[in-house]
Amino acid sequence: MTSSSTVQLWWKRRILPGFGLTLGFTLIYLSLIVLIPLSATFVKASGLGWESFFRAVTTPRALASYQVSFGTSLLAAAINSIFGVIVAWVLVRYHFPGKKILDTIVDLPFALPTSVAGISLAAIYAPNSWLGGPILAWTGVKIAYTQLGILVALIFVGLPFVVRTVQPVLEDLDLEYEEAAASLGASRRQTILRVVGPEIFPALLTGFTLSFARAVGEYGSVVFIAGNMPMKTEIIPLLIITKLEQYDYRGATAIAVVMLIISFILLFLINGLQRWSKSKKIR
Amino acid sequence: MLLIRKLLLAISALLPIVALAKPIQLLNVSYDPTREFYQEFNQTFAKAYKAKTGKNVEIQQSHGGSGKQARSVIDGLAADVVTLGIPTDIDALHNNGDLVTADWRTKFPNNSTPYTSTITFVVRKGNPKGIKDWDDLIKPGIQIITPNPKTSSGGQWNFLAAWGYVLKKNGNDENKAKEFITKFYKNAPVLDSGARGSTTTFTQRGIGDVLITWENEAYLSLKELGVAKFEIVNPSTSILAEPSVSVVDKVVDRKGTREVATEYLKYLYSPEGQEIAAKNFYRPSLPEVAAKYAEKFPKIELFRVSDTLGDWPRITKLFFADGAIFDQIYQL
Repeated sequence: MTSSSTVQLWWKRRILPGFGLTLGFTLIYLSLIVLIPLSATFVKASGLGWESFFRAVTTPRALASYQVSFGTSLLAAAINSIFGVIVAWVLVRYHFPGKKILDTIVDLPFALPTSVAGISLAAIYAPNSWLGGPILAWTGVKIAYTQLGILVALIFVGLPFVVRTVQPVLEDLDLEYEEAAASLGASRRQTILRVVGPEIFPALLTGFTLSFARAVGEYGSVVFIAGNMPMKTEIIPLLIITKLEQYDYRGATAIAVVMLIISFILLFLINGLQRWSKSKKIR
Repeated sequence: MLLIRKLLLAISALLPIVALAKPIQLLNVSYDPTREFYQEFNQTFAKAYKAKTGKNVEIQQSHGGSGKQARSVIDGLAADVVTLGIPTDIDALHNNGDLVTADWRTKFPNNSTPYTSTITFVVRKGNPKGIKDWDDLIKPGIQIITPNPKTSSGGQWNFLAAWGYVLKKNGNDENKAKEFITKFYKNAPVLDSGARGSTTTFTQRGIGDVLITWENEAYLSLKELGVAKFEIVNPSTSILAEPSVSVVDKVVDRKGTREVATEYLKYLYSPEGQEIAAKNFYRPSLPEVAAKYAEKFPKIELFRVSDTLGDWPRITKLFFADGAIFDQIYQL
C-alpha cells in the first residue's frame, strides 16, 4: 500500500459509499457489452469440435489472412510510432503559423467514417489516378490493390493514436531535464535515449497498442483499397464476412476466435512491456 | 377540460385520413444486376397502379447475391416479393420456414419466369487473350472473373453453363466435366459475392482477362462504361438462365399486401413491363415483345437445365450443397 495510492481495498470501510452498486453496474455493463458477446463466439465455434476447428483455422487461405492482417497492422503501428513521436514533438516544442490547424488535422482519421477514408485512398492511389499513376510510372510500384495499399490505409487510421498519447507526456516534460543533461555533458543522442526516451516510452507503447488494435480490426477503409484477393490481400475481417455470406457460421466464428486469441496475447505482451518500462522512469 | 376533449376529438377524426394518405410499402428483394431495371420498373408500376386503383404504392429494393438474399429472407427480412436469379433460391424459401407455398411456380406464367437470360463473356477491348469459347477459359494463365456459386445465382448459372457445355461436347461424360470445372475455378483469382461485384472487379479494378456473367449485365456494363474498353464475346453454346419471381406468402398475409404484391409481379408480364425488361437487356417472355426485340439479342444456342442437367433438387445436391462438387474442387 503506497501512501499516494487512491486505490481502495475492497474489504476496508470506505468514506465514500456506493462500492457495491458501482461494482455491480460495472460488471453488468461489461458483461452485456463485452463478455457475453465474446463468449458467444467461443460457444458457437466450439460447436465444431477440436478437429474441424483446427482444420477450419489452418486452411492456407486463413493462414495467409492472419499474415496479411497482423503483419500489416504491426508494421503500420510501428511506422505510426516513429512518425507519431516526431509529429507530437513538433506540435509541442515548436510554434509556427498554422499549428492549430495541423493539430486539428491530426484528429481527422478519428472523425472520418472509415468507408470515406477507404474510397478517398483508393481513388488517389489507384493505378490510373493522379497520385498512383505517376508513382507507378516513375517507380513501378503499385500501391492500390496490394499489401502496400493496406499498409497506407492502416497508417492513415492509426495516425492520431501515438500523437495523442505522447503529446501530454511531452508537454509535461520540463525543459530543465534536457538542460540539466546538456549541462552535465550529454550529447544529443544521449539526451534522447536516456532522458526523454524513457519518459515517453510508456505512452509510446500505449499509442502503439491502440494503433495496432485499430489496425487489426479495421475493415471499412481497407476493403476499398486492398483488392481483396484471397491468399494475397485478404484481411481477416473480410474472410470472416465471406464465410458468413456462405452461411458457414461455425467457420467464421472459429477464425474470429483465433483472431481474438492472438490479439489478446499481443496486448498482454505489450502491457507487460509497458509495466516494465514504467519502472524505469525518472520519477 | 372541454378544450382538451375537443382537441382529442379533432385529432382522432384526422387519424383515419392520415392512415389513408400513407402509401402502401412493398419490399422487393432481388438479385445483384437488377438495380437499374427495377428503378425504371417501379416508377412505371406505381403510376399504373395509381391510375388503376387510385392508391399510392412505394416499392423499396434490396439487391445482393441471390443466395445471400434468400438467406436474409429466411432469417427474417420482411420481403413482400422476391425476384431472384435462380428457382432453387425460392425453393429454399419454401424448405426453410414455409415462406412460400410449394406450388409457387404455378402462380405466374412461364413457371414464374418473367424474362430469361443467358451467360456470356466480357473481355478487354481487342480481346488480347483471344478468348472465343468455353475451352479457351481453362488455358493456363487466363484469369476468369466469376461470382461465388454459394452466394450468387450468377455464379451458379456460370457453373452450370460450363458443366453443360462439357457434357454436351463429350457425350455426358461427368468426369471430363469435373476436370473442366476444376481447371475453370483454378483460373479464378477471386470470387465476389454477387454478379455486380464481379462486374466491378473486372471493370473498375482491372482484375482478370474475362468476365463470365449474365447477358444483361454484360450489355449494361458496355452501355455504362463504354464500348471503348470492353467487348462481348458470345460462346458457341450457353445455358438458358431462368430468374424466377414469387410472392412471399407468409409476409404478404401478415402485412395484408397480397393484392398489391400479386399485381406488382403480374405487371412484369404486361407489355409495358416486358418492354422495360427488353430495354435493360433481359430476354422477354411475352411473344410480341420478344419478336420486336429479337434482333437485339445474339443468336446463341441455348440449352435448358432440365434437358441437360436434370431437376433442380438433383443439381443442388450434386453441385452446390455442403461437401458437394463445388466444395470438393474449390478448396480456398
